[in-house]
Amino acid sequence: MSAPYAKLPAWADYGLIPLINLTVAFIVAGLVVLLVGENPLRAAVILVDGALGRGQAIAYTLYYATSFIFTGLAVAVAFHCSLFNIGGEGQAYVGGLGVALACLAFDRVFPWWLTFPIAIAGAAVFGAAWALIPAYLQARRGSHIVITTIMFNFIAASLMVYLLVNVLKPPTLQAPSTRTFLEGGQLPKLNFMIEAMGLSVRSSPFNVSFLLALLAAFLVWVLIWRTRLGYEIRTRGHSPKAARYAGIGEARIIIVTMLISGALAGMMALNPVMGDQNRLQIDFVTGAGFVGIAVALMGRSHPAGIVPAAILFGMLYQGGAELAFEMPGISRDMIVIIQGLVILFAGALEHMFRPSLQTLFATVRPASVGAKAERAGGV
Amino acid sequence: MQLFDTLVFLLDSTVRLSVPLLLAALAGLYSERSGVFDIGLEGKMLAGAFAAGAAAAVTGSAWVGLIAAVAISLLLSLVHGFASITHRGNQIVSGVAINFIAAGSTIILGQAWFSQGGRTPLLSDDARLGAIRLPFAEAVADVPIIGQIYSDLLSGHSILAYVAFLMVPFTWWVLFRTRFGLRLRAVGENPAAVDTAGISVAWLRYRAVMCTGILTGLAGTYLALSQNAGFVKDMTAGRGFIALAALIFAKWRPVPVMFACLLFGFLDAFSIRIQGTPLPFIGQVPVQFMQALPYILTVVLLAGFIGQAIPPRAGGVPYVKER
Repeated sequence: MSAPYAKLPAWADYGLIPLINLTVAFIVAGLVVLLVGENPLRAAVILVDGALGRGQAIAYTLYYATSFIFTGLAVAVAFHCSLFNIGGEGQAYVGGLGVALACLAFDRVFPWWLTFPIAIAGAAVFGAAWALIPAYLQARRGSHIVITTIMFNFIAASLMVYLLVNVLKPPTLQAPSTRTFLEGGQLPKLNFMIEAMGLSVRSSPFNVSFLLALLAAFLVWVLIWRTRLGYEIRTRGHSPKAARYAGIGEARIIIVTMLISGALAGMMALNPVMGDQNRLQIDFVTGAGFVGIAVALMGRSHPAGIVPAAILFGMLYQGGAELAFEMPGISRDMIVIIQGLVILFAGALEHMFRPSLQTLFATVRPASVGAKAERAGGV
Repeated sequence: MQLFDTLVFLLDSTVRLSVPLLLAALAGLYSERSGVFDIGLEGKMLAGAFAAGAAAAVTGSAWVGLIAAVAISLLLSLVHGFASITHRGNQIVSGVAINFIAAGSTIILGQAWFSQGGRTPLLSDDARLGAIRLPFAEAVADVPIIGQIYSDLLSGHSILAYVAFLMVPFTWWVLFRTRFGLRLRAVGENPAAVDTAGISVAWLRYRAVMCTGILTGLAGTYLALSQNAGFVKDMTAGRGFIALAALIFAKWRPVPVMFACLLFGFLDAFSIRIQGTPLPFIGQVPVQFMQALPYILTVVLLAGFIGQAIPPRAGGVPYVKER
């Protein structure tokens, strides 16, 4: 992939451009609020206050952020191999099956800290398995991974509804879900962490899987930038041709990357299924897999960017709920618009402001972009 | 005759269900043949359906609804073009963004303007694009078989249904028998060659993307004004992706696209018809399996087991003029 753009100083590349893109996305979102007939500034105040104003709110924000860290990492790992995994939604959904099976099998016999590793393995294996077929088809038969993963999202939705309605639902229940897990299948809450900061939390779903998400973020950083496998992944991502010349098995790298990506997406299920609802329900993913795309783009596929981006989206989810309460014209679907705008401006239009910024840098501080870039500045 | 009645009924609903798929798939055909992947068909169709429902509800005119649908869908397709042609952004990312923007804003604006939980007000028959009775449909209805096929299957659809099926030969003609079509296909295979010939790659792709916008607008209009009486929250329900599947299934060719859409429409109609009744030899087929079948078939096709689906060579790659 040849970059048709000249270089900018690192701080502009990793700080200024994402900031500008994000600002534009939020300004356009503000216009939508205006169109609905509400005051965007007041909406922003309510949103931030609703997300961070009280201990309770912070706990909810971090609960949502946990899911988005997992799905954001999943998308990012695939991005590094220049694969676009849109299937996070389906992989997380099927990952939930792994969590539920582990909990249903062991919650009577084990304490939570013994069930947890099994559930992690279940989530990762089921999520990875759901990514395996698209990965194999991309690697060996050249089918476009974007299309196959979209198709697998729909197939996953049908499969899970079938399993929940016909197989997993106990006959005594009305709604299609599994039975509620016993204590051995419930993750402890982390409310004490927020209470330790002097804030009060009545009850919240914020749980141990948050720590797992942070660990996963660190491990992804190690994997991508500090291991041989990560180097191969990035090489394939930058230039498949160069990877082939270097003797990196392309098919193997694609499959391994997608397995890691699918496993990370699947682990997202731990947070809602084992940490909050304590049973497997229909549609428990509620779009978190897709939020991962926005999070990865916003965090520029780096764990250090993904964690804050995930927290920002957690704020939007939690604050958005409060906003819907205060402003009846704005439901939580506002987040879907913001998500779309972030994907548009931080993703598809990421280069929009780059040429003008380059011209600016070239005139103000030619040294910062280098002499060669100066000539290309007007492109 | 019972069996025949059932068959005509089944085929009739097949036609009804495949019209939005056909319009959307043909829409995708223009864009993808020109080298611009479009997974935002779903979003554009949804936005179109909302615009049609909203405008028809306010003005009471179906045609105003249709124009509004085409306009908004065209606008979104230009956003896609702006991102992926002018700014050489990732086409998949741009399509995903459009899907989300459409999904969110139709609900927010619908709730703000009509306060009916995201749906637009129920339309009267005047504000819809209702069924058209073909000439003599009443007269020949009693003629066995042929009369029934004519009056029940061919007659009685919305004008957009006829437009959709006429778009198939028209699209074929445009793509394979006009200069514009030749260039459009060329720009999807080898944009550098087109550029060398002194033709603007960007303008050609913009025109292709605009064709996509118009057709997805029609698809949305059909959903809101013909199949239903107004816009309902998330009413496309994945049809844009099934259309995409049909497009791939048909290997980006207009006539096979029609058959693929009819097949997927038939699967849909069939699964509604057989719900709960066991099939001979197979037994009870879960509804969910029937719903997933178009997607499964597409994956099987993509895997190259029913002939290989090879996309336009320059698809998904932004064109960078060499300097």
